[in-house]
Formats: sequence, structure tokens, C-alpha cells
Amino acid sequence: MSIKVRYFASLKEFTGREQDECPYQPEMTAQTIWDFVVPEKKIPLNTLVAINMQYENLEATVADGDEVAFFPPVTGG
Amino acid sequence: MINITENAFNPYQVLQQYQTEQTHLQAKQGAASIFIGTMRDFNDGVDVKGMTLEHYPEMTEMQLAAVVEEATEKWDLLDALVIHRVGDVYPDDSLVLVAVWTVHRGAAFDASRFIMEELKSRVPFWKQEILIDNSKRWVGKNTDGYQANKL
Repeated sequence: MSIKVRYFASLKEFTGREQDECPYQPEMTAQTIWDFVVPEKKIPLNTLVAINMQYENLEATVADGDEVAFFPPVTGG
Repeated sequence: MINITENAFNPYQVLQQYQTEQTHLQAKQGAASIFIGTMRDFNDGVDVKGMTLEHYPEMTEMQLAAVVEEATEKWDLLDALVIHRVGDVYPDDSLVLVAVWTVHRGAAFDASRFIMEELKSRVPFWKQEILIDNSKRWVGKNTDGYQANKL
């Protein structure tokens, strides 16, 4: 299994892609996943994180098979 | 009902049809509060000729349903209707419709404000504007939510 990583809006432009697959390792967090899949760039300030579509912080741990999303502050309405 | 759509909609026609179909509201509703958000042709001092609304489909539906559920529990709503556009939109297009039906006016006002503020602060939509010179820019942060904006 692995972690599905998705990017939206300006984060999609920042990374140059819509998604990645990250091999699962125990005790992975959203931050370590970012560092693994986007090693060339630091995560932008104010980036929001969702794990399985629920808001979490960068230190939240991730389980095998989870979907992790990175995106900027939302601007709907 | 929640509807996220790529299609343009006329909020007044939608409301008239929806309310007619909601027979459970007849003689029970005492108040309805309606918010319609419309695209302007300017923002932050710049002319805007179009916009693309991106979203995170599965999470958008989940978060929006949670917001409406919270409002329903908090204010005992009789019904709620939320429609939000995604995709390419243009000035004067309706972007969002929030309508709630309640027994008394206070709950209607408060619940519609709550749904809008929470939508703007936590439901994953993003606006990218197309300016008059065809350049594009992402709209910055919206709002901190209902509590932060409560009068």
C-alpha cells in the first residue's frame, strides 16, 4: 500500500503536479510525506493539510492507504 | 439539499421551484433567509473578466454537509439549500446560494450567516481570477469563520 498525495490550487502550480504516490512507512506525518514527495521545496507558509478529507496539522500521523492533501487557504463563496 | 455545479443557475428560479417542492414547509415555516453571492467585475482595485473556481470534490461535499448539519442542529432548521458554482464563471454569474427555512427570523438570519462564513473559511474551494490583461491571480484568504465575524 501507499499514501495518495494530492495538491490543489496554487499548491498544484507550486509542485507542478496534481498528485503523487508515497510509499508508506510507520510513523509518517504529513510533514515527512511532503519532504519525501517534494524534497526540492519547503512547504509554503499557510499551507493547509487534510488527511482523508479532514483538516489536520503537519504533525498528524498518517496510516497506510490514507489520502493526504495539501492546499492553500480556501476562498469559496 | 447541497448542489455543487459547473452549470450557471438563476437563484430566484431555483428558489421558487425548490420551495414549491418542499411541501413540508407549507404553513410551518415562519422565516426564510436567503444569501446570493454574485461575481463582480472588479476586485482589489483591478478589473476582472472571469474566474475559475477549483475545488476538492469529495472533501467539498463532506465539509459542506458537515456545515449544514451543524447549522441544522444549532438552529433547528426546517430546511436548507446550498448551491455553489465551480469551473469557469463570469461577472454577474451567481456563485453561491444559501437559503434556510425556520420557524422564527432570528434562527434564519443566524443560520444563513453561519453557513456562509463557515463555507468561506473551511470548505475547499479556490478562486483564480482572470484579469483584464489575461494574467491570472489566486484570490487570497477569505475569512476566519462565523465566530470571528459575528457581530
